[in-house]
Amino acid sequence: MQYEPWEPARASEIIAGLTHKEGATLLMLQALQEAFGYVPQGAEPMIAQALNLSRAEVHGVLTFYPDFRRAPPGRHVLKLCRAEACQAAGGDALAAHVETRLGVTFGATTADGAVTLEPAYCLGLCATAPSAMINERVVGRLDAGKLDALLAEAQR
Amino acid sequence: MSLRVFIPRDSGALAVGADEVAAALLEHAHARDLPVDLVRPGSRGLYWLEPMLEVDTPEGRVAYGPVTPADVPALLDAILSDGTHPLKQGLTEQIPWLKRQTRLTFARCGIVDPRSIDDYRAHGGYRGLERALKMSSDAIIDDVVKSGLRGRGGAGFPTGTKWRTVAQAGRGQKYICCNADEGDSGTFADRMLMEGDPFMIIEGMTIAGIAVGATKGYIYIRSEYPHAVEAMNAAIEAARRTGYLGEHICHSTDSFDIEVRVGAGAYICGEETSMLESLEGKRGTVRAKPPLPAHKGLFGRPTVINNVLTFSAVPYILDGGAQAYADCGMGKSRGTKPIQLGGNVKHGGLFEVAFGITLGELVDEIGGGTLSGRPVRAVQVGGPLGAYFPRALFDTPFDYEAFAARSGMVGHGGVVVFDDTVDMAKQARFAMEFCAHESCGKCTPCRIGSTRGAETVDKIITGDRPAANIAVLEDLCNTMKFGSLCALGGLTPIPVLSALTHFPEDFGLAPRRLQAAE
Repeated sequence: MQYEPWEPARASEIIAGLTHKEGATLLMLQALQEAFGYVPQGAEPMIAQALNLSRAEVHGVLTFYPDFRRAPPGRHVLKLCRAEACQAAGGDALAAHVETRLGVTFGATTADGAVTLEPAYCLGLCATAPSAMINERVVGRLDAGKLDALLAEAQR
Repeated sequence: MSLRVFIPRDSGALAVGADEVAAALLEHAHARDLPVDLVRPGSRGLYWLEPMLEVDTPEGRVAYGPVTPADVPALLDAILSDGTHPLKQGLTEQIPWLKRQTRLTFARCGIVDPRSIDDYRAHGGYRGLERALKMSSDAIIDDVVKSGLRGRGGAGFPTGTKWRTVAQAGRGQKYICCNADEGDSGTFADRMLMEGDPFMIIEGMTIAGIAVGATKGYIYIRSEYPHAVEAMNAAIEAARRTGYLGEHICHSTDSFDIEVRVGAGAYICGEETSMLESLEGKRGTVRAKPPLPAHKGLFGRPTVINNVLTFSAVPYILDGGAQAYADCGMGKSRGTKPIQLGGNVKHGGLFEVAFGITLGELVDEIGGGTLSGRPVRAVQVGGPLGAYFPRALFDTPFDYEAFAARSGMVGHGGVVVFDDTVDMAKQARFAMEFCAHESCGKCTPCRIGSTRGAETVDKIITGDRPAANIAVLEDLCNTMKFGSLCALGGLTPIPVLSALTHFPEDFGLAPRRLQAAE
């Protein structure tokens, strides 16, 4: 995934484009993350000012939702489903395999910056479990071999 | 004559290679100078046959599946010569799995092009709205009441009653909120509809808006469903372009518009009041009820909140089907229930049927047992907050009350199958861990109870004073059940206690014989 480098002027522009929306905090955070790959600390007072909120309120929202990152992700984000349907189809073994293979635990990015590994709690692909999403591409009927091929592609 | 071919764009099909099959088809057809009209509908829900390719014939659509790109050349030969092929399933509608269903909500899913409003109308779409536009608010609500429709999100609250409350809640701004935060593991019906028949959801929400006097609707979709977000946005734009959304719908005096909002990974935002907080741009913490959202909902205004499946049932009911809808089902559970079979199951997918089918029929006959070929040991029904049922309870019929009578729940209709390698103590621990992970933190029983619960299950597993710790766990579950503000803390005890009751041997206790019938 390609992201823009953090630029406060660009962030202001994104925020200003959304102030007319009802309850815009999440919309702003999402738009900023889409542009920069994460929500830098510097964006918090900007959103607070635009919406007449305290900085603490914005910080509270940012940290409540698992989707929001406060540091840049790797070049690829692999979300592996850890929920029951995938557990039933061998998902736990797959999770252990991917952690070993990448040398990181869930929530972390590989040392080479290639892959950020995140858990997902259901991707709605329960009839083709176990499943994962790499960037926005969905993958079902996963096994260790298929997962290795995906990771090899991501780490190239 | 061009060949009309259907390959789903449903993300369940994409996950197993539908795009690759579509690309191979176009490439090989081009090489043969064969004109192909490729349509990308939703899925029929027969996921073990995905990617499923269908070809239009004078007799109807013929299905092939599961197709890989390598199968395409031989498949084209078979299609052109009307010959046999190992992947040929015959006429799609005659596939027994599909034929056994009663498809009301999913009647068009997998059939129509979800990007085409004309296709939707050609298959009976918007007839419900056109009729509603000629009716009074009261008459629309009467129809919904008469149909017996209960909220399909899990709680099963009568939809007509909810609408009436909002309709009678005075004048001024009101909202329609569609809860599309389908976070329960094992459920994917909402996703399939958003990707496969989005106009039906739009039509249902629009009818609700007219019935209660709301001009603005939000559909809150979880971020784990990027394909559904895209499909809904495309459909909303198409509806606006053709006058089905916006000012003066279909040249009437009614106005209604819908905006998609995307969640940010919090399971709790599927709880209706958390969803409202999230839509307002706040942390998704639960609100105490009362006040009910019907009185004080989004931005403090009267709000109808229904699930995707509930809104989807409305066009059918308004199109003169209130009685037909009510005639399906059993007891107080009227209509059909889209059941989702997932996990370790041979024939996983979406099965829409009138209430009353038993759990055993679903798992053994429809699902065909496990994919691993090992015996089925446990089935979790109703998502991560649903009970784990053993084989001894497979005679339980799908019905809100029947499941509740056995300390389980139908919920959103997810059925997750586990084989005999499952460790039920581990599953009980996961339920607590999941609650700890997803708790919004507002109430103490849920926030602290879930963490203590996981620790207590750990002690039981390691054999640390099991009897005393089981007593602690049961006490903790009771506290969570009666002391939590919402269903997350209140229902987490269900999977935990069901695992303990039905599978005591996994907790180091003596096995209990369970009577099948009560």
